[in-house]
Amino acid sequence: MFIFEWLNNQLLKMEWLSNLVTFLVQNILGLDTSSRVGGSIHFFIYDVVKIFILLSVLIFTISYIQSFFPPERTRKILGRFTGVSANIFGALLGTVTPFCSCSSIPLFIGFTSAGLPIGVTFSFLISSPLVDLASVILLASIFNWKIAVAYVVVGLILAVIGGTIISKLKLERYVESFVFHNKVLEAEQEEMTTRDRIDFAKDQVLDIIKKVWMYILIGVGIGAAIHNWIPESIIAAVLGQDKWYSVLLATFVGVPMYADIFGTLPIAEALVLKGVGIGTANHHNWLYF
Amino acid sequence: MIIKVLGSGCKNCVTLKENTEAALKEAGVEAEIVKVTDFKDIMAYGVMTTPALVIDEKVVSFGKVLKPKEITKILENVK
Repeated sequence: MFIFEWLNNQLLKMEWLSNLVTFLVQNILGLDTSSRVGGSIHFFIYDVVKIFILLSVLIFTISYIQSFFPPERTRKILGRFTGVSANIFGALLGTVTPFCSCSSIPLFIGFTSAGLPIGVTFSFLISSPLVDLASVILLASIFNWKIAVAYVVVGLILAVIGGTIISKLKLERYVESFVFHNKVLEAEQEEMTTRDRIDFAKDQVLDIIKKVWMYILIGVGIGAAIHNWIPESIIAAVLGQDKWYSVLLATFVGVPMYADIFGTLPIAEALVLKGVGIGTANHHNWLYF
Repeated sequence: MIIKVLGSGCKNCVTLKENTEAALKEAGVEAEIVKVTDFKDIMAYGVMTTPALVIDEKVVSFGKVLKPKEITKILENVK
């Protein structure tokens, strides 16, 4: 337990980095980290560096794992299951099968024409953008594992329920017939080498970092501002636990940040530190989907 | 030579088309590039992930945004 906690604190929460930044801010900038300016600068540098390190390592690892689950293989695996277990595996595989969101329709057609029930295909398609593995680890790092696990479980449950509802409604009748009669072509794909997988993972890291770096900076910037410059009493009064409108309001405040989930996490972090209910803060993240 | 780029028209497909153009220029190969955006037509090639690249009716790549260099290599193999 002690070792797990130590690993958690050092690798995920990166206490060493926090200490290093404290050292830098105090000795090089000559600012006290307990002061407002010093505290904000510490929050900003530490969070930005932490998120970039975590994101790079994570996306690399996850992409490497994903390279073992091309949709063709996922389709084969799913064909072996029936009933709810097929929905559950659909939801699980949705989290590890990499595809561009614009492939959703071809994937749907490809799965359906191979004879997979639409409910299962939908569990797969729902969970894929909903449960984002990189966000899981970031949640664990910024908050804790309980919240990260809850995020995954809720996402998977929604995907299973969504798929089940779709199959109970017998929506097949609305699907154009060409979908069922589409020829299933096992387009030949060469087995990836380790080199290919590493290249694929590296490209994913660069792609995502290029896409999100600005949102992370903005997100952490707003987080740093909330953290030290807006008095706790105001935030607690406006977004506090027991106000019926706090979730609505937090949603509204979070609207501009929906552009990217990684930018929203630092804001949520700052809000939680100020005593906002985690459900209210996380509403930014849920609505992102 | 007829090269088809399959995809609904998201950014990845546009990038693949641009990369293909760059590769053709680099290789000094003349070819007609056709964009296929209709799902029925895309599915006729049996691919599940876009963007895909089809050279003379043969699927040479799918689910990947190939870099110009990779396309040049494929062009050499096709010849």
